Amino acid sequence: MKPVERRLTRELPVLRRHMTYSSALALLAAGLVVTRATLLATVLADGFAGRQFRSAPLVALAAVMTLSALLTWARGVLAQRTAAGTKRALRERITARLHDTGPLRLTARRHGETVTLLTRGLDALDAYVVGYLPTMTAAAVVPLTVVAWLAWTDWASALIVVVTLPLIPVFGALVGAHTARRTARQWQLLSRLGGHFLDVVAGLPTLRAFGRERHQAEVVGEMADAHRRATMRTLRVAFLSSFVLETVATLSVALVAVPVGLRLLGGELDLRTALVVLFLAPEAYLPLRAAGAAFHDSAEGIAVAEQVFGVLDEAADSEDPPGLAGPADPAEGGGRGVPAVRAGCRAPAPAARSALLRLEGVTVQYPNRASPALRDVSLSVRPGEHIALVGPSGAGKSTLLALLLAFTAPTSGRITVGGTDLADLDPDAWRSQVAWVPQRPHLFAATVADNIRLARPEASDAEVRRAARAAFADLFVEELPRAYETPLGEHGAGLSAGQRQRIALARAFLKDAPVLLLDEPTAHLDPRSEAAVTRATVRLMRGKTSIVVAHRTSLLPYADRIVTVESGSVAPAAQAPPALTMPSARPEGLMAP
Amino acid sequence: MTLPAEATAVTPAAPKPRPTLRLLRNLLPYWRRLLPAALASAGSELAAAALMATAAWLITRAAEQPPLASVSLAIVAVRALALGRGALRYTDRLLGHDGVLRAVAGFRTRVYEALVPLAPAGTPAFRSGDLLARLVDDVDAAQNLLLRVLIPAAAACTVAAGATVVASALLPQAGAVLGLLLLVAGLLVPMLVLALSRRTSYAENAVRSELAALTLDLTQGAADLAACGARGRAHERTRRATARIAALERRAAWTTSLASTTVLLFQAAATVGVTWLALRAHAAGELSAVHLTVLAVLALVSFEALTPLPAAARHLADVRVSARRLADLLDTPPPVTEPLVPAPLATHEPLGVDITGLRVRHHPDGPAALDGLSLSLPPGHLTVLLGASGSGKSTLIAALMRFVPYESGSIRLGGRELRDYAGTDARRAITGMTQDAHVFHTTIRANLLLARPDATDADLHEAARRARLLDWIESLPDRWHTLLGQNGSAMSGGQRQRLLLARALLADPPVLVLDEPTEGLDPDTAAAVLSDILRATHGRTTLLITHNPAGLAADQILTLDNGRIQSIAPRPRPGWRRKQCPARS
Repeated sequence: MKPVERRLTRELPVLRRHMTYSSALALLAAGLVVTRATLLATVLADGFAGRQFRSAPLVALAAVMTLSALLTWARGVLAQRTAAGTKRALRERITARLHDTGPLRLTARRHGETVTLLTRGLDALDAYVVGYLPTMTAAAVVPLTVVAWLAWTDWASALIVVVTLPLIPVFGALVGAHTARRTARQWQLLSRLGGHFLDVVAGLPTLRAFGRERHQAEVVGEMADAHRRATMRTLRVAFLSSFVLETVATLSVALVAVPVGLRLLGGELDLRTALVVLFLAPEAYLPLRAAGAAFHDSAEGIAVAEQVFGVLDEAADSEDPPGLAGPADPAEGGGRGVPAVRAGCRAPAPAARSALLRLEGVTVQYPNRASPALRDVSLSVRPGEHIALVGPSGAGKSTLLALLLAFTAPTSGRITVGGTDLADLDPDAWRSQVAWVPQRPHLFAATVADNIRLARPEASDAEVRRAARAAFADLFVEELPRAYETPLGEHGAGLSAGQRQRIALARAFLKDAPVLLLDEPTAHLDPRSEAAVTRATVRLMRGKTSIVVAHRTSLLPYADRIVTVESGSVAPAAQAPPALTMPSARPEGLMAP
Repeated sequence: MTLPAEATAVTPAAPKPRPTLRLLRNLLPYWRRLLPAALASAGSELAAAALMATAAWLITRAAEQPPLASVSLAIVAVRALALGRGALRYTDRLLGHDGVLRAVAGFRTRVYEALVPLAPAGTPAFRSGDLLARLVDDVDAAQNLLLRVLIPAAAACTVAAGATVVASALLPQAGAVLGLLLLVAGLLVPMLVLALSRRTSYAENAVRSELAALTLDLTQGAADLAACGARGRAHERTRRATARIAALERRAAWTTSLASTTVLLFQAAATVGVTWLALRAHAAGELSAVHLTVLAVLALVSFEALTPLPAAARHLADVRVSARRLADLLDTPPPVTEPLVPAPLATHEPLGVDITGLRVRHHPDGPAALDGLSLSLPPGHLTVLLGASGSGKSTLIAALMRFVPYESGSIRLGGRELRDYAGTDARRAITGMTQDAHVFHTTIRANLLLARPDATDADLHEAARRARLLDWIESLPDRWHTLLGQNGSAMSGGQRQRLLLARALLADPPVLVLDEPTEGLDPDTAAAVLSDILRATHGRTTLLITHNPAGLAADQILTLDNGRIQSIAPRPRPGWRRKQCPARS
């Protein structure tokens, strides 16, 4: 057993139970195999001897074979249900792990792999649980039972089986080790050749744009041919193992049958015993051969299990921000897997509407990065003040927002809300007073209304509509096929970037939190959407403490103060950056701090 | 045994009948390669059955204690069959895989050729990476049709027929019983599997796609969820979907192994029935004792050839779904019809484009994406086209590149109507950087050379320099031979756009189109790339589509809205745009 397999059985009781049951059932099946062989041999030997026909053994044979069929069914049901249970347990553990991972870290990378793993990927375990595990238990139990019975019936034949039986695992391991080396070398080439067709098909519009589609038709054929040749080189070796195993197994039947025949000629053996030996001998090899075949099928399942444990074990620090995993307490040396937020005292969150927000000498150092993302930043924001953060991309503006959302914690320094350290607050309680409109808001696989309701699931339809109207989202939502009930997300209606922003703004309107954090809400919009989103955002900011990342956006004129962030440091506040000029006229009535 | 699947493949709802047969027809030219594999496979299964039957004959005959010579042939046969079985199996696997891979290679080319005129507007596959990946999987499903359905089915048929013939020769009524039971089992089992697979998969697929969507929400949307305090709720929903999948799978577990159990039940019936008949015939003196054991063993082992059938039927169920999708694809008519006699087009001189009253619809009864658009691209001028997403900008490019047909209006290129030229000629004249531009999983050099295969190294350098990509390329350890990842994932967004730009510049078409070249870039990088584009396209007929007009200076700036030109910015002074750095305003 590989370490992964040991870990699987150790951590999943359902698998341990399955192994116990399937061993018991395999023993029962072995008993039935022996009984079947004996009954059939008896019936035939009786007929050969010309004895009176008795129906009892024949009826018993029918019963045993039926029982054996039902046992196969029971083993199948058990294995399938175990597979379902295993996959459920692993799915739940992966999602639980996702739950404990900092949101920034999850958002920062692509998750196609996790999604595939959670859905189709885990199905590869079926081959392992349904095919491989029961076959392995059978391979341990059945040959022993069969050989024991053979020894009791005819020790000479049993001896031949005992001598040849170990050849199967030995040859299997020898050939297997050789082929594994050969195939591993081929693997990269094979996957590259195999992926070529998808690459070319995906690039077909580009090929047509440059008039190369005809030429590539030949290349597709050539690459497929190269793939075939490479695959066949691998397979010629890979199939050798099953060739050896099958030949050993069938040759052993001949090795058993021929001497038995010769001994019958000499009258040293009776027909009944000879037939029992003939029927039983292949049964001793069958489970081992099946195990050899299942071994190949299980490889994918084991690979998936490794992938699952990889996701589960991922160290909380790697190259991501400390995230929700809380401050890397300098006293503890900022080790791996820091527990989520400092345990212990949880102060009640102060009312943010009237609280002063302060960053005091905050430094954020992401692990595995040369320079800190923020360096000794101090900033205080009065209640109701509107701050615009400007500065080149990567300067630390988004990190600043992440700090205020408690998505990440300062490596040193502290953030206070009305004098209370943010680290002492329950993050969820604090976040209930903060509305955040990210650069690229995520649309959930739910209706438009439920997407707007995200922060307040209990909000009424009228409130949702009011929020949508305030965010200038009502017009396009009502044009959707099912208006507020239109499903969104990956497989739902496609919304443009501007429309997504307005859904996110509607979310924020509905939440109506006293602190507003906006991350370039108009950065990727066309001019018309930008105008609408700007209007909605300005309306949303009214009367709220707002911090807006507003580099190069139309929101700049609406800020009370512009703060420049450059390579992790904050320039003296209230100083307009040289590259930007404040418009002289500010629309009246919109700001009213 | 025939394939029962084909009888059920025709459902009234399916517009194209028998997609699986059509898929098979595409693979048939390779029968010369596949037939030996099928024969070897059948031979190997026959050898396995014959080994046991001969051994049974040998033992029973020996029990009658005849002289050694009368069983010596059987001894040789037993040994030969034992050796032959493995050898035939090995041959079958090698020949089968080789033949099938050849057939699939041929089929890939066929599907590729069918896809060529459909890219990118003729099929939804080009709008989604998932659909495209599924399409490729569908093509590979042809492998399973041959390797895991047809060849095992053929072997099972051969063994069943062989066993029935031998049994009939020994005892006609036993042969009849065995043949009947084999036939019924061989038909019933696959039908059972197909019926069950259809029943369970629908509900399961629905929950699975729900789980996929939820997982995406949990990961990609984690920050949004956390900020809204909604993570707990989302996780609870995921937990419920997981539990539902498990419940469905547990319920399905009762039926999945029914098929193998059925084979075993038929085996029991055949063994007991044939043995009983043989015993009666032997008691009546109609059957020799030797043949009694042979018949019983034959009944027992002939069913072993049927054991791959449940798995084969499961594969067939999957292949049918793939075959239906492929049939739909192969039947899709190309969106653009080529002229019967294409007009010649000279592309070495500067060309201009005049568009009047252009009307394009993506679906015959859908809304017009372009409705009465008129604009002209004078030779050597830069035209900038602005407009909200969905205003029809990319449709215009697709119409110019003859990827979508135009319903009315005219596009005149070099004095003739665009549809009079062959599509490939039109794209030699009008091409560049489309929104779906692809970075191939090959070297930087090959990715660039695609645009002009005969380009010299100097040309490559020049294009890369003008796209400001040269420094990056030269800084790489493998330089021009650096392998780019799957769709350019090894490079940053800015580098990717610059590579696509360099490729478009290398192509050097008389009319250069650039569709949102700064899409997805952060504002600083976008401004830098845009300014490079302005510099690099100096003096050629260029159509630049963007949604970020900041700092652009062009010969004409147009705004597209609702499928037509809404406003035309005043034409700046000639040469003005070259003097001012447009990156920062």
